[in-house]
Amino acid sequence: MTLPMPQPKITLSGITKTFPGVRALHQVGLELFPGEVTALIGENGAGKSTLVKTMTGIYQPDEGEIHIDGKPVDLPSPHAAFKLGITAIHQETVLFDEMSVAENIFLGHAPKTGFKTVDWRAMRDQARKLLEEIGADHIAPDERLKDLSIANKHLVAVVRALSIDADIVIMDEPTAALSFKEIQDLFDLIELLKKNGKAILFISHKFDEIYRIADRYTVFRDGEMVGKGLIKDTNQDEIVRLMVGRSVDQVFPKRSVDIGEEILRVAGYCLPTEFADIDFTLHKGEILGFYGLVGAGRSEVMQALFGITKPSKGAVKIAGEIAVVRSPADAVAKGIVYVPEERGKQGVVVDLPIVQNISLPSLERTSTRNGFLRLAEEFALAREYAERLDLRAASLSQTAGTLSGGNQQKVVIAKWLATKPRVIILDEPTKGIDIGSKAAVHAFMSELAANGLAVIMVSSELPEIMGMSDRIVVMREGRIANEYDNNEDLKAEALVRAAAGISEEAA
Amino acid sequence: MNTLIRSREFWLALIVAAMILATNFRAPGFASPSNLANIFNDTAILMILALGQMTVILTRSIDLSMASNLALTGMIVALINAAYPAIPVPVLMALAALCGLALGAFNGALVWLLGIPAIVVTLGTLTIFRGVIFLIAGGQWVNADAMSTSFVQLTRIQFLGLPILSWYAIVIAACFFLMMTRTALGRSIYAIGINPTASVYAGIDVGRTTFMAFCISGMLAGFCGYLWVSRYVIGSVEVAKGYELTIVAACVIGGISIAGGVGSVAGALLGALFLGVINVALPVINISPFWQMAISGGAIILAVILNARGEKRGGRLILRQAENAS
Amino acid sequence: MTDTSAETRHIPDRLDTPLRAAIFSWPALLLLVAIALFVVNSFMSPYFLSPWSLSDATFNFTEKAIIALAMALLIISGEIDLSVASIIALASTMMGLALQFGVGMPGLVAIGVMTGLFCGMFNGFLVTRLGLPSIVVTIGTMSFFRGISFIVLGDQAFKGYPASFAFFGQGYVWWVVSFEFVLFLVCAVIYYVLLHRTNFGRHVFVIGNNKVAAQFSGVRVERVKFILFCLTGTMSGIASVLLTSRLASTRPSIALGWELEVVTMVVLGGVSILGGSGSIQGVVLAAFIMGLVTFGLGLLNVPGIVMSIFIGALLIFVIALPIVFRMIRERRT
Repeated sequence: MTLPMPQPKITLSGITKTFPGVRALHQVGLELFPGEVTALIGENGAGKSTLVKTMTGIYQPDEGEIHIDGKPVDLPSPHAAFKLGITAIHQETVLFDEMSVAENIFLGHAPKTGFKTVDWRAMRDQARKLLEEIGADHIAPDERLKDLSIANKHLVAVVRALSIDADIVIMDEPTAALSFKEIQDLFDLIELLKKNGKAILFISHKFDEIYRIADRYTVFRDGEMVGKGLIKDTNQDEIVRLMVGRSVDQVFPKRSVDIGEEILRVAGYCLPTEFADIDFTLHKGEILGFYGLVGAGRSEVMQALFGITKPSKGAVKIAGEIAVVRSPADAVAKGIVYVPEERGKQGVVVDLPIVQNISLPSLERTSTRNGFLRLAEEFALAREYAERLDLRAASLSQTAGTLSGGNQQKVVIAKWLATKPRVIILDEPTKGIDIGSKAAVHAFMSELAANGLAVIMVSSELPEIMGMSDRIVVMREGRIANEYDNNEDLKAEALVRAAAGISEEAA
Repeated sequence: MNTLIRSREFWLALIVAAMILATNFRAPGFASPSNLANIFNDTAILMILALGQMTVILTRSIDLSMASNLALTGMIVALINAAYPAIPVPVLMALAALCGLALGAFNGALVWLLGIPAIVVTLGTLTIFRGVIFLIAGGQWVNADAMSTSFVQLTRIQFLGLPILSWYAIVIAACFFLMMTRTALGRSIYAIGINPTASVYAGIDVGRTTFMAFCISGMLAGFCGYLWVSRYVIGSVEVAKGYELTIVAACVIGGISIAGGVGSVAGALLGALFLGVINVALPVINISPFWQMAISGGAIILAVILNARGEKRGGRLILRQAENAS
Repeated sequence: MTDTSAETRHIPDRLDTPLRAAIFSWPALLLLVAIALFVVNSFMSPYFLSPWSLSDATFNFTEKAIIALAMALLIISGEIDLSVASIIALASTMMGLALQFGVGMPGLVAIGVMTGLFCGMFNGFLVTRLGLPSIVVTIGTMSFFRGISFIVLGDQAFKGYPASFAFFGQGYVWWVVSFEFVLFLVCAVIYYVLLHRTNFGRHVFVIGNNKVAAQFSGVRVERVKFILFCLTGTMSGIASVLLTSRLASTRPSIALGWELEVVTMVVLGGVSILGGSGSIQGVVLAAFIMGLVTFGLGLLNVPGIVMSIFIGALLIFVIALPIVFRMIRERRT
């Protein structure tokens, strides 16, 4: 139901946002029209979440303007955005688990009685009415949010948006972890919101969903807007091409290396609610890429391999011997190391100096036999690997938190290389990193493979996966969808389809 | 769902009732209305203090200075009463509350404006407040003979079968219940404990709300200063020494999570009553009161284990359940 | 892009010299405060500078300071143990019980220390195996341990410790230097090495800074924390031997309130209550400062309770000062 030449409800223009070392958004523009769904498409690191945070007042743009109903506005805080009628439904609810549904809907703007106290009855009634309006009358206003499924939590977030009459609704990958029926219900709800004139931004990788409900699309790539238009004027292939196409010289091509003997074999790996029936092998000198959508379960598999979680079933063989890994310490002892996705939380200790970060798993080697620290040895070790990785830092005693994302990643990689591992798992190794460091990491990965290491690379960036991997495993919803040899015949579209569960298009 | 939270308090109430009945079995008369009223009255002050501590713990802080606050304000009003018996006692009660409020505000300001962790601030003020008692009283004690009759009586007058001290607790608990469930401040206190980030998004001022929580705990501690000094007819440096941890224990037993955001008025009251019943029941069934501390300690440990069970989070949901193809 | 020259870039180890870093550190500040207090005290009271006087001064803080050494490591790792004073009481009670059974001096010492160790293991189990928050768990064990002492002793006391036992708390190693003080210094050196010079100490810092990253780097977080609780328990046991020996008796009410003084000593010593940073030098200096304040004020006949005002105020002041400076600096820019 589109109006002829509609006016956008909200317009962002020239938005630029830079973080130390990374240009997250560059001169980006976006428009949302009332009563229409605009799909925002792009790979991880393309800038989508940064844009959402800018629209919801969490970040302030370095440059650019935001107009609502034609008038320029400032969004200095999340509350300001809320007041202006912008709400977002995130993958993880930013609501109050221990409070009731009704209270979550009305927190901050609860109906009051004459005595200025919270009017619970009115709150419950209004909540019930709103829930009915969107067809969610199966949710009781008194239920605790904690007890609801993710789908229902999303619905509560939507109702919260409706309760303040928000005109701009942002949905960030809302269908991750929803069942088929729940997704249908969500779409019905979106149709209802459209009918009520809301301007909706729908972020998703899943093409079938995008084609079902979106009216318009905008594609981001590397922090820039590379294409937009009406859905009916385009097709899937074109969108995929926009997402993926990028100059080849920005990715370091993989050297061809002799693939050695099998070093890792995983069979029947299962962890309830996270992944099931995972089988794959890995060889020395090989780079095995793991592709999939966000939430496909790849990191979960890797963390189980690394001993963070314990699988319920399955066997892991390292160099032909069964390996029982019960903790990261075990994994490291067996030669498996893991470079985590969340660098700041899991990878580096930000308040410790670089040298201590790098030496941490290798302390037994650098210290004396009785466990006394030898600082000179630590510095020597750190220096060797930091220089090998071309780390940009003023000194090794600098705290890791002051480094750019790319350099922090080098610290993490250095830390693990110093343990002389057999298998190195990299989880989204170049996420949020500038181009220069990306290339360095890629070059380094090739070098590792050339030296006989076995590399697993979890990535959501197609050029990276296709440029670096010898073989590619695609995961979807906790299972392996398919496995491919990375030769000239392999097309990016095949990977995207396998990851999203779309069937092959007729050639 | 909602019953899950209610059931924690429900079970605690059952346990307290069971303890009373068991004691009554061994020592008939224990569960008589007049004895129950006595137990309630003896626990009244702890109940009020537990409510104050609950407010602070909900905001992910802690207040270790409540007992010293109580002792100091109690001494102040006792001294004033001894020197100027003509001042009406209700005025002194208000003064005690105000004094306590000021002390609590001092704590709150340091936590809010300087960002010093609450445990450090209240560790410091715990000794400072108690030391000030000595400065103003010079080591002297205020005894019953120094206090005016009305000063002493205003915790003892019987009203509808209960001493007025019990009524103070009942009224305060009721007000608290209303505040925590029906005012924006009360809901904000819960919100910032559950999810500080989401609270900021919802426009709640986390620092200011924490400050208010300390003001409330201080005010209650101050008021209890009068109550204590009047009830036990003693004003001294030793009043309520070491009591701060008992107050926290009452909250923990009552199901108030040290991680913040979880806990109820009923829980705080029941936690206090639990400790109060043990206190009175043990001598009655010929268990030496020296067992009391160990039993409370064991109860606290059990309560913490149970609290932790209730806070377990589920795993990530990636594998879909069997498709409901419709 | 990068100048892809063949030579690798050289990164220096440090920009600061260690000396410079040491001068602008918290322990340096504490040292200044300690010296100032020493000077002030010697002016305020003629009795202060006598060797025996100074020696007496040490008794009132060495027992707590011994515990503070282990507590510092525990707090740096992000936990806390509020049951240490109760462990002293329980260990003392166990020693007293053993005394009734005729156990000799070496046995008494062993029992005291072992009781401390077992209490520490109990705490450690609750926190690391059951995953419970240490602050409330140790409030529970605090009551539980002392409660057991009360059950055993009631309002009685154990007396009659052998003369040989008295050496620990009352004896002198050389001239005015007491055994307690020497033991404290020895322990301080051991803990300094443990925290600042071993792998274990490094693990403690890392865990306190970022438990998750530590785990992801192969550090056995739970095992380290368990050991730390064992250490605080053991040091409390040792302190109990010293205290019981000094008092030559056991009562269930000994060391009441000591846990908060120990924590104050640790925080005053520059250990962040949130974990991740601190030094043994700082804790030792803080112990000296608290000792100087209490002893100096004692010579001026200031009652103990007023002394604690100074300690409380000192704690807040010393934590608040850097924060206030930082806020003023930020206001200026």
